[in-house]
Amino acid sequence: MNKTPRGISTKSKKQENLLILLKEAQSRHGYLAQELLTELAQSLGISIGEVYGAATFYAFLSTETQGRNVIRICKSLPCFLKNSQIIVDSVEQELGIKPGQTTTDGKFTFQLTNCIGACDKAPAMMINSDVYGDLTPRRISAILKACE
Amino acid sequence: MPENRIVLRNCEIINPRRISTYLARNGFEALSKAKNMVQDQVIEEIKASGLRGRGGAGFPCGLKWELAKNAQGNEKYVICNADEGEVGTFKDRYILEKDPFTLIEAIAIAGHAIGAKQSYIYLRAEYHYLLDSLLKAIGQTRKRGFLDDFDIDIREGAGAYVCGEESALMDSIEGKRGEVRYRPPFPPTEGLWGKPTIINNVETLMNIPQIVLNGAQWFSQMGTERSKGTKVFSVSGDVKKPGVYELVLGSQLRELVEDLAMAEKVKMVQIGGATGRIIPYNMIETPLSFETILGAGAITVYDESRDTIDIVYKTLEFLAEESCGKCSPCREGTEALVEIMGKFSRGEGESRDIAVLEQLSQAMMLSSLCGLGQAAPTPVMDSLQYFRDAYENRIREKQGGVPV
Repeated sequence: MNKTPRGISTKSKKQENLLILLKEAQSRHGYLAQELLTELAQSLGISIGEVYGAATFYAFLSTETQGRNVIRICKSLPCFLKNSQIIVDSVEQELGIKPGQTTTDGKFTFQLTNCIGACDKAPAMMINSDVYGDLTPRRISAILKACE
Repeated sequence: MPENRIVLRNCEIINPRRISTYLARNGFEALSKAKNMVQDQVIEEIKASGLRGRGGAGFPCGLKWELAKNAQGNEKYVICNADEGEVGTFKDRYILEKDPFTLIEAIAIAGHAIGAKQSYIYLRAEYHYLLDSLLKAIGQTRKRGFLDDFDIDIREGAGAYVCGEESALMDSIEGKRGEVRYRPPFPPTEGLWGKPTIINNVETLMNIPQIVLNGAQWFSQMGTERSKGTKVFSVSGDVKKPGVYELVLGSQLRELVEDLAMAEKVKMVQIGGATGRIIPYNMIETPLSFETILGAGAITVYDESRDTIDIVYKTLEFLAEESCGKCSPCREGTEALVEIMGKFSRGEGESRDIAVLEQLSQAMMLSSLCGLGQAAPTPVMDSLQYFRDAYENRIREKQGGVPV
């Protein structure tokens, strides 16, 4: 998330910027800390509940620390039909963690996600914003090694 | 019937990063033409074309525009719904990747027609990688002077299926949780920030420039009585050639699944994603249209090796996760459906569970706030109608009997 949409100042007081600010904060700090949510609520002049509500509603926002690379393997039916389970298994083996966990070195967070719109390249996954399709266990190893 | 490319006419032909290649294909001629027409003329043309929304609901596009144009107030908005989250759908991704300029032109025409100065493309978080090329395309269009009195901004989602629902989408643009609103009022009268707003799917908009250039009559010659034009389908699952295909509305499901995507030994097809219909192979000749079955055009094909109960179970798990939680029929109902389908999946289902599934489905369809909850029981109801023996066999197996 390098770009702030035109006309949006980070100092703006409007609620319409809340989601944009949350996404920005997440890309800067990796996750949305409690203190940050409180500060944001104060600066926008809205309740903490409103900010926390939005922060916990969306799958791509996280109030817990995350790895530098967030792996999201699609678990929806089109990928399931193309045996996404073996991709899940290979990531588990490579990283030694289960879905929902982060590696101890903070390099990877591993999640399962709903349809990412890459069904024509199933099984597919995302690492951060990049999509990887037509996955095989062999490719997983190379893709993970290439991550910083 | 072979493929007929109206919506996809520029895809794989133009260079999506160079506006000159779009201009060489009559790019922005429709916008110029529309600007020389009065608003009502443009809207009349769209109305006469019979174009209906391609996001799944099929609302007449011209009527939506007319309502917004006639609504009180000077501040109006156009929103392009690019929150393509339906399971098995990727057609809008393909369009955004291959031909952003037609979409931009269409949004500008919509803005002129309803009298809006500002528009938003709501792009799903999963498609963040398309942001850069979209911004570049908007930038090139602005530089050429086609967006002099009109702005297009992009707002990104943050991962929520329900934000493809128009009222949740508007709440999300307003920076809130993407929860569904009570309606009426409908968006054309009270939409984004309470102002008159039209929300159109990517594919719906893609039809606009060609309708303006070639006329309503040209468009309405294609299709069936109540389904004009073409439809873009996303085909995946047990097929040899998954991908995006555009067919004239009214074409048979068989053409798409067997002739184009080359599926074999088909058991059933899910049409319209998680909330869509599930139909057995013996209905493969069903025409695809608003009169019959369509949805947003997600086609997931299952071959004979697949287990119906597991498919429905996984579909319901998805819907329960993605329910926004605002209304209880959907929030609690989807969870209850998952629980019962889980019982069948584990071989613990009982006869009385079928009755509960049917009762609960009826209640959800009648009382849920939006399409998610209203249509969530569809895979359950369809599988009970067409594959009831799958449920009954599980019950018999549990009792130690032999499946039929």
